Amino acid sequence: MTGRVIIIGGGVAGMQTAITLDELGFKPVIIEKEASLGGKLCRWDRLFPTMTPAQEVLGDLLKRVEKTASEVRTSTTVSEIEEQGRGVTLSDGSRLDAEAVVVASGFDIFPAERKEEYGYGLYDNVYTTVDVERMFREGGVRMADGREPKTVAFLHCVGSRDEKVNQRHCSRVCCITGVKQAIEVKQQIPGAEIFSFYMDMRMFGPGYEELYRQAQQQYNIHFVRGRISEASPTIDHRIHIKAEDTLIGRPLRMSVDMLILAVGMQAGSSNVAFGRNNNIDLYPSGFLRPLNQFSGNVRSSSPRLFYAGTVTAPKNIGESINEGIAAAYQVAQTLNAAKS
Amino acid sequence: MTTWGYSISRPRSIDIDRNDMSYSQELLREYPELQTCIACGNCTATCTAANLTSFSLRKVHTLVRRGEYQGMAEELEKCMLCGKCRLACPRGINTRQIVLTLKKHLVNRSR
Ligand SMILES: Cc1cc2nc3c(=O)[nH]c(=O)nc-3n(C[C@H](O)[C@H](O)[C@H](O)COP(=O)(O)OP(=O)(O)OC[C@H]3O[C@@H](n4cnc5c(N)ncnc54)[C@H](O)[C@@H]3O)c2cc1C
Ligand code: SF4
Repeated sequence: MTGRVIIIGGGVAGMQTAITLDELGFKPVIIEKEASLGGKLCRWDRLFPTMTPAQEVLGDLLKRVEKTASEVRTSTTVSEIEEQGRGVTLSDGSRLDAEAVVVASGFDIFPAERKEEYGYGLYDNVYTTVDVERMFREGGVRMADGREPKTVAFLHCVGSRDEKVNQRHCSRVCCITGVKQAIEVKQQIPGAEIFSFYMDMRMFGPGYEELYRQAQQQYNIHFVRGRISEASPTIDHRIHIKAEDTLIGRPLRMSVDMLILAVGMQAGSSNVAFGRNNNIDLYPSGFLRPLNQFSGNVRSSSPRLFYAGTVTAPKNIGESINEGIAAAYQVAQTLNAAKS
Repeated sequence: MTTWGYSISRPRSIDIDRNDMSYSQELLREYPELQTCIACGNCTATCTAANLTSFSLRKVHTLVRRGEYQGMAEELEKCMLCGKCRLACPRGINTRQIVLTLKKHLVNRSR
């Protein structure tokens, strides 16, 4: 018995799985596609709902992984998972054996180009919430010509709850991300007018509704219920948008300096290949379906194959980390039982 | 004279670029809590006037927030100032006071 457990993906869920497995006396091997650990967290600036710097959470996790005896293989991609969770195949064709496998390969960001009607990648000054995180890390929000925007529109549910792009699910974190960024833009540019176009406000976590209320009352963000149907560039490089104000029941038009698309979470691109394993089941959304949604959220139908984090559904960082702990304990339970 | 019934339809779109938002902004400065409205419709659900007429405080308030003032003063005449809406508002907005303020300000404004 080697005690080796392969963790696919070194995002927050994978890192936490390794930390807990190490504490429990196992030998975790993290296999990460990118050159460094951290997953999407590496791209964020400040985290909702507390505005904690992402670097703080990331730095802490990295330090704790470093203290373990985990083996970390970066720039390595897993292409297949052995039927019973006894190993994986890497993209170079080599095989790596293990006692169990934890799939923590996360989600993909919805490519906003697919919603062509919003002009992402076609017109200047159409950005995504992912771009805005980068802009904040680089010092603040700026238009293509370097000026600060005076009117900004956020659009929720881009690539979520949308049959036209085959993404029927709600991505959960984009509402609160949109609210957080609206506040941040207003903090940077107090004179800016900010309009947020939403369908429902899904403030599911502790402190989220409170942040929404703060965005309304303290930061004067205008929330308009209605989906923007299309955006077009004006002659002076602004963006003209059309929506219905569904609370009034009349069309609404306006032009803004910047349009920010709150992109959702879609299923990770490796999920289809992983799903060739008969013990791995996919939801119609492409996320992996756990054994059951109540007491088996980190389990598959194979006793040696586990899940942690957003590979099964959209989640925030805290929830993803908790699943790392849960998966590690379930691995320990299975492997210890097999030993005795 | 024969009238043929032809007329020109005014655009129904709310055009934020052209609307005068200054009064809307002034109102929000005076009552910032008005911005916390979550459009639940509790005020309209409990409204005595809404039971008998088309009056909807939620809708009137939203129109004013978008800079659409025309006809609003007349709409507000339907309110009997009973104040039930204030008891119902989950965000704690003093809705009755909002109606009084809107009436005072909008009576002189016809666009
Ligand atoms: C715009 C935006 C802002 C957000 N802001 C916040 C916030 O402020 N607060 C908060 O709590 N949450 C936030 N979230 C959610 C947060 O990003 C996720 O909860 C978190 O990243 C999930 O971690 P994970 O480990 O499950 O997945 P990921 O972060 O996606 O990590 C998965 C890792 O697996 C790797 N991988 C994938 N496939 C393979 C493979 N085949 N082989 C090897 N490695 C592979 C990937 O490279 C990646 O490093 C935000 C999300 C979005 C979209
Ligand atoms: S969290 Fe909000 S923005 Fe995201 S998909 Fe759900 S409703 Fe839409």
